[in-house]
Amino acid sequence: MTNVIVAPKPAAPSGIAPAAPAPSRPRDVFLPGSVRRQTVLGTLRRRLRWPLGIYTTPVVLLIVWEILAKTGVLKPTYAPAPSDIVSTTITLWRDGVLGPDLAISLQRAGIGLLLGLSVGIVTGVLGGFLRSGEYLFNGLAQILNTIPLLAVLPLMVVWFGIDELTKILLIAFGAGVPMYVNLFAAIRGVDQRLIEMARTTGAGSWRVVTRVLVPGALPGFLVGLRFSLAYSILGLVAAETVNADAGLGFLITQAQTYLQTNKVFVGLVIYSILGLVADQLVRSLERVLLRWRPSYEAT
Amino acid sequence: MSSAVTAAPRQQTGVIVEQVVRTFGDRVVLDHLDLTIGDEELVVLLGPSGCGKSTLLRLLAGLDKPDGGRIEVPAKRAIVFQADRLLPWQRVLRNVTLGLRGQDADQRAREALGEVNLTGRENAWPKQLSGGEAQRVALARALVSEPELILLDEPFASLDAITRVRMHDLVRELRRKHHASMLLVTHDVDEAIALADRIVVMSNGRIGNAHQVALSPSAREASVAREEIRAALLADLGLASQH
Repeated sequence: MTNVIVAPKPAAPSGIAPAAPAPSRPRDVFLPGSVRRQTVLGTLRRRLRWPLGIYTTPVVLLIVWEILAKTGVLKPTYAPAPSDIVSTTITLWRDGVLGPDLAISLQRAGIGLLLGLSVGIVTGVLGGFLRSGEYLFNGLAQILNTIPLLAVLPLMVVWFGIDELTKILLIAFGAGVPMYVNLFAAIRGVDQRLIEMARTTGAGSWRVVTRVLVPGALPGFLVGLRFSLAYSILGLVAAETVNADAGLGFLITQAQTYLQTNKVFVGLVIYSILGLVADQLVRSLERVLLRWRPSYEAT
Repeated sequence: MSSAVTAAPRQQTGVIVEQVVRTFGDRVVLDHLDLTIGDEELVVLLGPSGCGKSTLLRLLAGLDKPDGGRIEVPAKRAIVFQADRLLPWQRVLRNVTLGLRGQDADQRAREALGEVNLTGRENAWPKQLSGGEAQRVALARALVSEPELILLDEPFASLDAITRVRMHDLVRELRRKHHASMLLVTHDVDEAIALADRIVVMSNGRIGNAHQVALSPSAREASVAREEIRAALLADLGLASQH
């Protein structure tokens, strides 16, 4: 609560003597925000609080990091200054190294995501809507869900070789499984009373699916999408560090070999930006698709 | 959806319930229950919580199947539940058109919303509605399909007293335009008297006493006849000694 001011204890009525010295009871007084007592400290605190929203903490960290690096507390081989990383990125881009690497990585991630999401959505929908679909896919998906992505990698290398296929399949695996699990749970979690109501209005099966089940499962679908995007990037990193002659992972492994810490950081920064973009994508989808939802807004 | 039970229908309108049995495990909730509702009649089913009122209503709605007996209802029927059960992800208008087909669906929904005094709220999200408004949307959703039977399962129980009285007025008004049989389930004696053509009291899984209520709207508010019916209903419910 921000609007709380504890009022001063009401003065005892002057005319009548109180029967007993009543213990002061804690009381709350609520006033509109503008009426709040304006203290210098309070104004300062409000203005300084979270000027950059959710990016405040990362930016503060970056500044501290920059200062530590510039003053020599952090050695360049240990962690180069953020400004160094930026200039390295620009140099790599100008040299024509970063562009193609980024392109091939994005291509892998894109194809893998497309494959994984398609399989995850189709099986999730079938499993969610049909009992036979549940029996067909659910056991398998729950088993796959407990297998760590990184543990599958050696097996995939044995099965599918060290080419693109392994990389794409690993990303697809990372994206597909969480999508299935979340979509299945979301469809099954749609309020039974709403489905019952829809049936009593005379709506046909198609109406029930399109107006009740699909929108009702949307929040869970977006949770699944969030996980899928995150895991696909994880899969991308894992796949590219094993055996690649191009791509961001290759850039990082190569830099690691030659102890070029700044290049490693360039790779990491790009991965994190990819993650950030994915998160923003889902956020804006949520803003549009879940407008109807009365949601909790933290103060 | 359920279809009508085996035999051919015996009449064209209203509701026939014959010797219906419904058990949950060992518990007999409906014990050879009989009930008929005439054409355009509003029957109020009164009884304490857990007496099987809602079970009977669900059977009439086709949401549940009887273990014995026979139920005959019109195929065109609508239900208003205790909770509004609006789809939170659809705007008010789309909630009302849920079961409608055809080009004029939106127009019909608009008219139905007008009848429950919600013109202008078509584009609101359910989260923006008050409890009374949400329940009126639910009412419009039931009316819009021009049902021959409307089942109301304690539809106003969660509303405040003032809103409830307004809803009673609204129901009376709607009955002039819509010609449907109605079954209203409630545990509120005053609500029963305010709305019913006939009040039936339910106990031990059967219909007990029935009371015809042929009073004018004002006589339903305050009159000797009203108090007599009220006293009789309280006696039926086993509450007479307290008054």
